[in-house]
Amino acid sequence: MNSTWALVLAGMVVVTYGIRLSFLVFGHRLTFPRWLERALRYVPAAVLTALVVPMALAPQGVVDLGVHNAYLPGTVAAVAVALWSRQTLAAILGGFVVYGVWRWLLV
Amino acid sequence: MRPFFAGARDTIPMLVGAAPFGVIFGTLAIGAGLPVWLTLGLSALVFAGSSQFVAVSLLGGGAAVPVIWLTTFVVNLRHALYSATLLPYARALPARWRWALAFWLTDETFAVVENQLRHHTSLHDGARYWLGSSLAMYGNWQVWTLAGVLLGQSVPGLATLGLDFAMVATFAAIVALQLRDRPVLCAALAAGAVALLARDLPYKLGLMLAAIAGVATGMLAEAWFGSNEASTQEESAP
Repeated sequence: MNSTWALVLAGMVVVTYGIRLSFLVFGHRLTFPRWLERALRYVPAAVLTALVVPMALAPQGVVDLGVHNAYLPGTVAAVAVALWSRQTLAAILGGFVVYGVWRWLLV
Repeated sequence: MRPFFAGARDTIPMLVGAAPFGVIFGTLAIGAGLPVWLTLGLSALVFAGSSQFVAVSLLGGGAAVPVIWLTTFVVNLRHALYSATLLPYARALPARWRWALAFWLTDETFAVVENQLRHHTSLHDGARYWLGSSLAMYGNWQVWTLAGVLLGQSVPGLATLGLDFAMVATFAAIVALQLRDRPVLCAALAAGAVALLARDLPYKLGLMLAAIAGVATGMLAEAWFGSNEASTQEESAP
């Protein structure tokens, strides 16, 4: 397992540093296609939502919309606070409070 | 004030914003079973917050190594845009400066430095300003990651206490603040739906499918609704 982890780290370093080096070091000959620039705008929202939705709706692998799934109200609260306050940290704390209270009430 | 320190000073708001993410990252990584060396190594050598969070989530979920690399590539590809945008200001710098400044390129340093370079400063002062911002972000991220690691170690079982929810809340909050126009909303909805349907695919391949579906939907929606070019902003972790 140790070597797998080292492999993960090494690959992430190469990929990330390579992207950062792209234009600054090798860039005199590169051009950035317009369509790729447009596509990149959607990457963070797409990837993060793809991570959040299954964790919020199916934390145990099966879709669970019942009252015992505290992830769902917690996530909804985080989104609501984010939209209302425009503060990332307030949203995380708000989501966490709802999640914690929900679990505590059900235990 | 010397340009180096001015760059660090102008980055202070970003340092405050990144600090909690550093702590959450360190704590979550330890809670997810990552060894200390890997947790600190990710912050020291990869130094890209969003992809570090995603990697913890994927490692915890048993993803295949190439999927983690590919996801890192997709998540960090926006740095190429920063690299391209800053090139005009760096073109005349010696290669060793460009290699170094590229290593420390983050959302935050890009935002601070690009704003400064666009308006004034000589090549010499601009490079030192950029370096000051870079090293401030870097030192800050290492310190708070270490704090998170120590927290995760001293309170074993934090993950079972529901700290894994912190990652969901963090991602959800970041996404919610990015839903600034309809194409982005469409991209998020499509990605979420595909991720849910494809969650049982092996090696977390569903994440890749979802990302592709999301980006494609966003671009289609942009063609349909018209784009909102002015509001390109990035998330808040480095």
